[in-house]
Amino acid sequence: MAELTFEHIGISCMAGAVPKNLIKNRDYTEHFPADAVKEIVDKTGVEERRFAVEGQTASDLCFAAAEQIFEDNSLDKSDIDILLFVSQTPDYRMPATSVTLQHRLGLGKSTAAFDINLGCSGFVYGLSVAYAYANMPGIHKVLLLDGETRSKVYHPKDRKTGFIFGDAGVAAIIEKNENLGESFFSLNSDGSKSDLIKIDAGGYRNPSSQETVVEKVVDEYGNIRTDEHGYMNGADVFNFVLREIPKNIKKTLARAETTGDDCDYVVCHQANKFMNDYLAKKLKLDKSKVPSTIEKYGNTSSVSIPITIVDQLKDKLSGKKKLLLSGFGVGMSWATAVLPTENVKISEVVEV
Amino acid sequence: MKEKFLDAFKEALELEDESVSFEDILADFDTWDSMSRLSLIALLDEHFEVEVSDAEFDDINTVQELFELVKKRAA
Repeated sequence: MAELTFEHIGISCMAGAVPKNLIKNRDYTEHFPADAVKEIVDKTGVEERRFAVEGQTASDLCFAAAEQIFEDNSLDKSDIDILLFVSQTPDYRMPATSVTLQHRLGLGKSTAAFDINLGCSGFVYGLSVAYAYANMPGIHKVLLLDGETRSKVYHPKDRKTGFIFGDAGVAAIIEKNENLGESFFSLNSDGSKSDLIKIDAGGYRNPSSQETVVEKVVDEYGNIRTDEHGYMNGADVFNFVLREIPKNIKKTLARAETTGDDCDYVVCHQANKFMNDYLAKKLKLDKSKVPSTIEKYGNTSSVSIPITIVDQLKDKLSGKKKLLLSGFGVGMSWATAVLPTENVKISEVVEV
Repeated sequence: MKEKFLDAFKEALELEDESVSFEDILADFDTWDSMSRLSLIALLDEHFEVEVSDAEFDDINTVQELFELVKKRAA
């Protein structure tokens, strides 16, 4: 059972970056009529998104966020012992994007660097890895990078996914802090539901071929994609979320001997507005404690939790605070964390 | 339970001002799509603590069939 506890470890600073390229969803009527688009936007709550331009990758967004975090906090790069990169949209199939980022960021060769391939649960998983390393003697700082270009994963002619996803990248520094109490993580997996959110082809089970890039109609609604685009069974994802997430959050709160009311902020994966609102209602959360960026950035997969913190909680994490984080999705994979924080320094979101 | 179910169904499909009969066929409603499925999933969870999978929705033809499934699970 992956129920982890750490003490005297925390996030000390964060920064975020989004592409300049702004997509206004209500005007995104290239592939579907305006009334159909309106209906989707009304329900999902995604008004705007950022799309990486051609050639712009998740690592570019993370690079910009990392440069910002170094600059704003006058960090000594030689203090970074570990670099983690969470993403399912890496630059290459090999080498690991984290290793290329070690060089680009000018970090020393004695830096450990590796990728973590997870989606919507990825930031919380990445944090748990960062906390585990930061906990070790001799480790000064862990740089956790988390970036996604989900706009490139889904087909614009598939209305089930074409209006929800966006791109962003974040950087966070995790290190020891004697003033912080215990942090609690719960990490979970259910591979029996791996086909709920998936890209069928382009890996080594179904390699790229002429057939995998052919556009085809995939359902009775006339949605179009190729086998190398992502798909999502929204109804069963929602069923999964309702079944597992409230239970996992309650269990983790109980282990931390706290309640949702005692937490200063509850930051959930930004799936879509409808799902998030219902989840908050089911958990009886005070809405003023549940920040949201689904309206302006859409669903950025693993980045949605940290970009929401950077965008919405800047200047709100001074002093001692307690955060509840909940990430859930592709895998299926889900993770909850209850974290004490102290004076987290958050930079302005940069546009690149 | 029948009324509560029908209220939830009408709310999910935005048919509050219309009459819905148990013989009606789901696919015949203009608003029966992947979005209204999400609404219905939320309302069935909220009022009956019942889960209906995507494949089960695909197999159900009428309002009556959906009601029977919810009734069986809620029991």
